[in-house]
Amino acid sequence: MRQRSLIAITAALAAGALTLTACGSRDEDGGGSDSNGGGTTVVIGVDAPLTGDLSALGLGIKNSVDLAAKTANKEKTVEGVTFKVEALDDQAQPSSGQQNATKLVADKDVLGVVGPLNSSVAESMQKVFDDAKLVEVSPANTNPALTQGTKWNGGEKARPYKSYFRTATTDAIQGPFAAQYVYNDAKKKSVYVIDDKKTYGAGLAATFTDEFKKLGGKVVGTQHIDPDTKDFSAVATQVKSSGADVVYYGGEYPQAGPLSKQIKAAGAKIPLVGGDGIYSADFIKLAGASGTGDLATSVGAPVEDLPSAKEFVASYKAAGYKEAYEAYGGYSYDSAWAIIEAVKKVVEDNDGKLPDDARAKVTEAMQGVTFDGVTGKVAFDEYGDATNKQLTVYSVEGGTWKAVKSGTYTG
Amino acid sequence: MNELPQQLVNGLLLGSMYGLVAIGYTMVYGIVQLINFAHGEIFMTGAFGALTVYLYVLPNGTTMWIALPLMLVGAIFVAVTVAVGAERFAYRPLRTAPRLAPLITAIGLSLALQQAVWAWYPNAKSARTFPQIEGGPFEIGSVTIQTGDVFLFVAAPISMAVLAYFVMKTRTGRGMQATAQDPDTAKLMGINTDRIIVVAFALGAAFAAVGGLAYGLKYGQIDFRMGFILGLKAFTAAVLGGIGNIYGAMIGGVVLGLAETMATAYIADVPGMSQLGGQSWANVWAFVLLILVLLFRPQGLLGERVADRA
Repeated sequence: MRQRSLIAITAALAAGALTLTACGSRDEDGGGSDSNGGGTTVVIGVDAPLTGDLSALGLGIKNSVDLAAKTANKEKTVEGVTFKVEALDDQAQPSSGQQNATKLVADKDVLGVVGPLNSSVAESMQKVFDDAKLVEVSPANTNPALTQGTKWNGGEKARPYKSYFRTATTDAIQGPFAAQYVYNDAKKKSVYVIDDKKTYGAGLAATFTDEFKKLGGKVVGTQHIDPDTKDFSAVATQVKSSGADVVYYGGEYPQAGPLSKQIKAAGAKIPLVGGDGIYSADFIKLAGASGTGDLATSVGAPVEDLPSAKEFVASYKAAGYKEAYEAYGGYSYDSAWAIIEAVKKVVEDNDGKLPDDARAKVTEAMQGVTFDGVTGKVAFDEYGDATNKQLTVYSVEGGTWKAVKSGTYTG
Repeated sequence: MNELPQQLVNGLLLGSMYGLVAIGYTMVYGIVQLINFAHGEIFMTGAFGALTVYLYVLPNGTTMWIALPLMLVGAIFVAVTVAVGAERFAYRPLRTAPRLAPLITAIGLSLALQQAVWAWYPNAKSARTFPQIEGGPFEIGSVTIQTGDVFLFVAAPISMAVLAYFVMKTRTGRGMQATAQDPDTAKLMGINTDRIIVVAFALGAAFAAVGGLAYGLKYGQIDFRMGFILGLKAFTAAVLGGIGNIYGAMIGGVVLGLAETMATAYIADVPGMSQLGGQSWANVWAFVLLILVLLFRPQGLLGERVADRA
């Protein structure tokens, strides 16, 4: 008898463990938006890391899309259509991203997807969406290969997937833009380059290195870090003894924060420079007080400074989201709005109803979408890239990111 | 500048942390032949226990010199409670079951603990900042030692000394040795083996808690997944040193930490190996080392050849 009750306890524990695991991957509030009743429902899918290290950025994306859907419903932007948001968590993992893509494709009401955050996740999702002719607009992917093919650097640009668009600019521009700032404006001549070997990080570090060398700068050392660890002491020691006067890091803030902190602790009082992947309030939290002076480039002009964004910032605040909109809030709003505009055009062309092949039609319409968005003029070129190629350098000062220089990269 | 002394210190510190966690793996394995895969999470709950004491028990702005001992107590209390609870409710019921069953339970428990912290600890969905010891780093020659690392430098040897004394000199410690050698005969000699097993779990958890606190002080942040990779490394360290041997766990940890650091710093400089260097390859070299040791010394560095008593 004793044995049996013990087995029961163990089974209960195991079941508990499984339930908890399942809870972990479920969205907290479903991310749904108001349904105004009546007419057709169009679902805008969201794929982003809603839990885990990168969740700060992911939740900002989810909330901003939610805000766009609510605004469209309130203003009746598309007559007879109510937008709903379905947010899935990819935990920044390509495999989860692909599963989510399959799930979104299976839901017939989904006519467009905003996401993902990570270029490596996008790689695994593109084909699934393209096969279903479901349009995907990423607010954050910056790897050039996603729109221009793997040979983008050799001049042979070829768009691999017609259903993929993005509102963020690419690392082909972001890396060199950072190099020009570091070399010309910050007057740093020798750099230590570190990346995390992921699609985004390695790509960004490579475009930065090329431009920095071209300008006459010296690369005094390179390292590739393992994103699963927190111990960068060996790398920090190498940075110190290399005598570099700046560190460039291709990667994201969960590693960049501790890395910056450990480099400074090792005695190298030099700034760490990164891309939009480290442009997050969480970077400052993780890097601590020694992060002051660290730099990041990010796509577009600072949302707070754009007149077009005032309304977005105000209504985001009014909507009372728990999390900040973070680096990609404005781009996520614009991505969702691009889908809304495309749906609007398709519905208008079809006498106020959704056609049977709505997905293909929306994808087609996306190519021609232009409107004044939160981040400036939103439109797409022949590769699906945003035509807005503005970038900004930010610096950590007094515990927040301060915009230092905005501009457009020119050759 | 010659960076070798600094890299040695880096490796030693990393290795000491692996060693502290590895002791728990090795002691539990030595006595019940169970690989407690939830041990990394016990390390994690210890770190969160320390943070809880600092944030929610002590008044705001308590100086670290007063807070630290209390955080240590909190860390050990939480980790030991979790470990003893796990032993009582997850492992003891399966003691006579086939060996695979408790192993699977351990993995389930590991996930459950991670998710419990994720779901119920305030703001634990991403990394939480950990209080730091005030004061600048110390320079000894060309070596810089961070204030946060001082704790680890002091705690690791003290922990080892306490453990050695306990196992060699006390009654319970000798009972542990006897149980590890032969649980059935030990039982016949009047040793309460159930109690011994609980002690082994509790002791291992206490050392993991010290490691958890050291991790927080060293890196300045803790998160609900910190135990997974570190637990895996500590398990590797235990196997490297000879699983079941408590000194082996510490030595294995230090060897592993040094190997990773040296691989990061120097492999790329070896002619023809530039593609295989850097920190992203550190794990590969650590496991190459493990495989080599297991090939030529299957019992681990300090392990003894024991007949399988299954």
